Amino acid sequence: MEHVELFFKSIFIDNMVFATFLGMCSYLAVSKKVSTAVGLGAAVIFVLAITVPLNWLLDQYILQEGALAWLGPEFASYDLSFLSFIMFIATIATMVQLVEIVVEKFSPSLYNSLGIFLPLIAVNCAILGGSLFMQSREIATLGLAFNYGVSSGIGWFLAILAIAAIREKIRYSNVPAPLRGLGITFIITGLMAIGFMSFGGMLTGGEEQAPAETKTVLIDSEDEKEKENDALADNTKKELN
Amino acid sequence: MALLSKKDSKLILDPLADNNPITIQVLGICSALAITAELNASIVMAISVIFVLGVGNVVISLIRNIIPSKIRIIVQLTVVATLVIIVDQVLKAYAYTLSKELSVFVGLIITNCIIMGRFEAFALGNGVWRSFLDGIGNALGYGVILIIVGFFRELLGSGTLLGIEVLGNPVDKTGLYAFGYENNGFMLLSPMALIVVGIIIWVQRHKNKALIEDH
Repeated sequence: MEHVELFFKSIFIDNMVFATFLGMCSYLAVSKKVSTAVGLGAAVIFVLAITVPLNWLLDQYILQEGALAWLGPEFASYDLSFLSFIMFIATIATMVQLVEIVVEKFSPSLYNSLGIFLPLIAVNCAILGGSLFMQSREIATLGLAFNYGVSSGIGWFLAILAIAAIREKIRYSNVPAPLRGLGITFIITGLMAIGFMSFGGMLTGGEEQAPAETKTVLIDSEDEKEKENDALADNTKKELN
Repeated sequence: MALLSKKDSKLILDPLADNNPITIQVLGICSALAITAELNASIVMAISVIFVLGVGNVVISLIRNIIPSKIRIIVQLTVVATLVIIVDQVLKAYAYTLSKELSVFVGLIITNCIIMGRFEAFALGNGVWRSFLDGIGNALGYGVILIIVGFFRELLGSGTLLGIEVLGNPVDKTGLYAFGYENNGFMLLSPMALIVVGIIIWVQRHKNKALIEDH
């Protein structure tokens, strides 16, 4: 149940593109054609599925406060969490290189379709963002970390696929000249993000769900905070009226 | 600008408008959108990026002749990650609440495409002083957009600027609120950031027709 909840939550509610704007650069740059968008999306799922569990292990056994206790009691007081940025990005960069070499050796056809995107991915904020959110949301087990990587990758894939399809169609529409290209893409993404906000209630409906919601304390993303603030503002307004 | 030659001042001024990293080069969008619900978060983010990009460009430019080109991405990432850790630790020490608010987005400066983009496109091929100017210029261009978006989102969304109630108090019904003005809470939600940037792009391209894309 935990897995199913996390799966749908990462795809729809905390969608990387629409809720936290991760990987926007490549999302905007590589979404002109559906075929290339599919290639990049698949590569993102692939790399996230590898790097998030790896960084989870790194976080649990090296970086967290007291994580070095397995080396001996004298190491138990170390807190290396300030090193997490550099460790995460090093893992990601190495893994991407490694994956590129392995894929090139064993599956040339996959390399031909994914290969050109792999170097791009090392500096894609979605990948590092996946690991950083995994850390700040305190994902509990290795299995859940893998699940989180795969499902947020699928969310990103869905987003880039949708915008690429829309951009292919909108080429034939009469968009005001200054908005052509980038401008209209921004506005469409905004509208899609508003659409995705309606998934927000997906896991909160029904009274018996209320305690389950507090159990998974994932209210870390700014978006959720904003929603809370908004709800508070609404309540004060209602009280005033 | 007696201090700078004409060519050098172009390095700073160009990215502010006609070659803006966000609206023209489409770099560094992620962080630009996520943290602009409040003006002071945008200002802190802009300052952090100015520091990281200015110093980073200088470092990369200094070692540009000894980096093997095959592993340059990893070298660049290491330089940025080190600078970002410094920024993160300083923020945690002196502005803890703000650093909680920015959460992972400070860390995401590492993968901010502006930084890698400027390293690749400029610092690897130019001298130290020019790289420094280019870094500052591009980071300023990024900061300007961030501050504009943050200004409108905070003003229209919560009626405040830097936490000061410029439009009056909504609970006591003073200022504009006395005439029935309401805050638009929608501006605080993430999708509006995209739409505000879209509108900035629209205005900018309307003023400068040369920037218009043909699909």
